[in-house]
Amino acid sequence: MADPAGPEIQRLIQLLARLPGLGPRSARRAALHLIKRRDQLMGPLADALAVANERVVSCSCCGNVDTTDPCTICRDARRDPSIIVVVEDVSDLWALERAGAVPGRYHVLGGVLSALDGIRPEDLAIPRLVERASAPDMREVILALNATVDGQTTAHYLTDALAGLPVKVTRLAHGVPVGGELDYLDEGTLSAAMRQRTTF
Amino acid sequence: MTVVVRLSLAQFRSYPSLDLEVGMPVVALAGENGAGKTNVLEAISLFTQGRGLRRAEFSDMARAGGDGTFSAALVIDGEGGEHRLGTGLSAPGEDGRALRVCRVDGAQAGSPAAFGEHIRLVWLTPDLDGLFRGSAGERRRFLDRLVLAVDGSHGARVSALERALRSRNRVLEEDAGNRAWLDAIEREVAEYGVAVAAARAETVTRLAALIAETRDETSPFPWAGLALEGEIDALVASLPAVDAEDAYRGLLAAGRSRDRAAGRTLIGPQASDLSVRHGPKDIAASLASTGEQKALLIGLVLSHARLVSAMSGLAPVVLLDEIAAHLDPRRRAALYRSLAALGGQVWMTGADPELFADMPGDASLFHVTPGRIVRQR
Repeated sequence: MADPAGPEIQRLIQLLARLPGLGPRSARRAALHLIKRRDQLMGPLADALAVANERVVSCSCCGNVDTTDPCTICRDARRDPSIIVVVEDVSDLWALERAGAVPGRYHVLGGVLSALDGIRPEDLAIPRLVERASAPDMREVILALNATVDGQTTAHYLTDALAGLPVKVTRLAHGVPVGGELDYLDEGTLSAAMRQRTTF
Repeated sequence: MTVVVRLSLAQFRSYPSLDLEVGMPVVALAGENGAGKTNVLEAISLFTQGRGLRRAEFSDMARAGGDGTFSAALVIDGEGGEHRLGTGLSAPGEDGRALRVCRVDGAQAGSPAAFGEHIRLVWLTPDLDGLFRGSAGERRRFLDRLVLAVDGSHGARVSALERALRSRNRVLEEDAGNRAWLDAIEREVAEYGVAVAAARAETVTRLAALIAETRDETSPFPWAGLALEGEIDALVASLPAVDAEDAYRGLLAAGRSRDRAAGRTLIGPQASDLSVRHGPKDIAASLASTGEQKALLIGLVLSHARLVSAMSGLAPVVLLDEIAAHLDPRRRAALYRSLAALGGQVWMTGADPELFADMPGDASLFHVTPGRIVRQR
């Protein structure tokens, strides 16, 4: 069967289909949508992509992505420089920023240890974290990693790697979600919440 | 009492479509070998975590020649009124992967764990006949299913432990010098290992207590003596959980070179065994005769059903595949009495309709032919 569109459009569809969450069908729809709205959407998108491609860099301090190095967060003088929040990926950093919950700065590991997926300690930004945590005014390293086997293995590894430094190493609490009902929680979450209870 | 009042299947195994109205406490399915009796039990067994009583791949459950999807739906009637439960395999999404769908009362449920609010299941299949003489792995799997029926988070715990163990084995194989990495993984192994061992110990203790309470030396289903055997089980039995984790971590660290040579982790819940004894004779279950082993297994499953009922408040739906054929009339009658006393619904299969002739009055008998089921009484 012949392709209904020329090679340029096919190439656009193929590239769009590689985006997370998009398959061939959605990619065709997206491509058609862009073509129909060339002036309002395709042109501005192409420009935005070109600018992003040219300017986006990885922050040499924390590993965040931004158009400046160091990134906006690392340069923000209002943030507490003595606190580092360690995250697996930039998407987690964005999630924490949406919550506005982090007073300090970040450190993006670039993944978690996973023997089964071949991700080894040297594949992660661990030496840089130890270096940052060794700065004289550093007080606390908060491990904001997923509560999965790999996430928690990484948390244990980092705790050991930071053990010799005069910083407090903490991790996010596990427990009752905001708006959650106890009756619907699994036993593991409930017992973690009970262990990590706080004064009201 | 929770009973399945209606079962509907579409494109499942041998059934292009099936709509079965039931509602009786005892449901018997009779039909020739290969007619599709076990398929019906398997469809019901999907209303819990896991892959059903055959432990098959979901893609294999879709009817051959169909579009690769299937659905199974139950209407159940329990103390909370009627509920509609549905599960199945969706059409593949854009990423080419078909997904398991779970629905409760028309709303999407996150996982099959949601069914546990409405229905609990216990089953016995001919695959388990060799349980006592088979490998320790089979008994561990049997035990984990017993635990899962009363503790819905056990499945996640076991998977997490398996992942942590596979990670440890991989690092031992490829990077055994990386002690810091092994230390970190072994903390996870110890945490999940002790959690799994503790959950198993709790279920075995409760089950043993229930067996002791309800023990009847004259029953045709002999009572079972249960014990967990393994180094980690001994640790969990003698130490508080936190100390057991530390002790297990110590054993793991000390055993690295041995485990590396073996290619697997030799100490932990993955090496434990469920020891079962024929109570009245006081001999290992594996030494009892074939018939005695079957009776012992039925007794164990009936006790477990009572435990599920006592702990969850829901009398389980019991699925017994090809069971009546192995029992003499006296044992069959005793089985029907025990099942009635349990208060849940029971589904049984058998090739010969005569096997079900002495069923109690509140039973329905269906005749199964390929793709079709007809009520006989």
